[in-house]
Amino acid sequence: MHELSIAESIVRVAGDHANGRRVTKVYVKVGHLRQVVPSALAFSFELVAQGTPVEGAKLALEEVPVTARCRSCGVESRLGAFPLLCNSCGSADLRIVEGEELMVESLEMEEA
Amino acid sequence: MHRTAVKKVVMESVLDANDALAQANRDRFDTAGNYVINMMSSPGAGKTALLERTLEKLRGKLRLGVLEGDVQTTLDADRLARFHVPLVQVNTDPGFGGECHLDANMVRSGLTELPLDDIDVLVIENVGNLVCPAEFKVGEDARVMVYSVTEGEEKPLKYPLMFRSADLVLVNKVDLLQHLDFDLDLFLANLDAVNPGVERILTSARTGKGVDEWCSWLQSRKPLS
Ligand SMILES: [Zn+2]
Repeated sequence: MHELSIAESIVRVAGDHANGRRVTKVYVKVGHLRQVVPSALAFSFELVAQGTPVEGAKLALEEVPVTARCRSCGVESRLGAFPLLCNSCGSADLRIVEGEELMVESLEMEEA
Repeated sequence: MHRTAVKKVVMESVLDANDALAQANRDRFDTAGNYVINMMSSPGAGKTALLERTLEKLRGKLRLGVLEGDVQTTLDADRLARFHVPLVQVNTDPGFGGECHLDANMVRSGLTELPLDDIDVLVIENVGNLVCPAEFKVGEDARVMVYSVTEGEEKPLKYPLMFRSADLVLVNKVDLLQHLDFDLDLFLANLDAVNPGVERILTSARTGKGVDEWCSWLQSRKPLS
C-alpha cells in the first residue's frame, strides 16, 4: 500500500506550504505509470491528515495519461495500456513525456 | 468573520524528500566505494534462499554486505547470519501493520551499523511486495527483481511499475517449470513489453541453476578500486 506513504508525503508538503493556515483543498497530479489507486489514496489521505493543518481538506486528483515520444520516428503517442509502443512505427524505444507525475500542484487555504 | 479562500501554487514532487535522502545515501556509498543493489520481489519469490546461495558461492571472492528489510521479524536475517557477512536488519514502521517497502530514510538508519568501507557490493533486500518498493529510491546503483515462475505470466502487465524499473530480472524457481502450467516464452514476452530487452537470468535456488551466472554478474559490478 504505497498510497499510505504517498498520502503522508502529500500531507507533509501541503502542511509545509500552509504556514499554519487551514488547508481546505489539495490539488495533486498523478501519472498513470505511478499505479496509484485513487480510492486508496483518498482514504489514506483522510487518515493521515487527521491532527494536521490539512485535516478535513479535499483531495483533488488529476490523473495524467501516458504520453511518450518515439526515439525512432519522433512521433508522440498517447498510450492507454502496456506494451508501450509508438502508435506510428511500433517501436518500444520511447521517452516518457507525461504519465510519471506525482506532484502537489496547489493548495486552497483559508485566509489567515 | 468572513474567511476567503486563497490559492497557493506549490508544484512540489511528492517524492522529493525521499529522493533527496536517497541521494545522500548514494553519496555515502560512493565515498565508501560500494556498489548497491536494491533487490525486490513479491513475498515468497525466494529472495532469501537465492541470497543464501549467493553468499555461499561468493564467500572469500567478493566482500558482500546485506541490509535486510523486513516487517517485524528477524527470520530472514537469522537465515543469513551463518555466513558471517556484515548484516543489518531494518524492521519497517509498524504503524499500520507494517510498511510494505523500504524508503531512503529506513535504509539510512541501517547504514550506521554496517562497515561500509569493508564492503564491495551491498545487497538491500527489500520487503516482499510487488508494487510499493519500486516507488522509493534508496540510493541504489541497480535494481534486481526476483520473480518466481509460480507467480504466473501476467504479472508484468498487471504490475508494470517494478518490472519497468528493474535492471536485471532473476526468473527464479525454474526447477518447478516441469510441474507448472507456466509459459516461460509468454512471460518473457510480457516482460519485454514493459521493459524491452531487460537482462534476465533463469535461476533456481534449489538446484543452483543460474547461480553462477548471477554471481558473475555481481562480481562484474565490483567497483574498481
Ligand atoms: Zn515511432
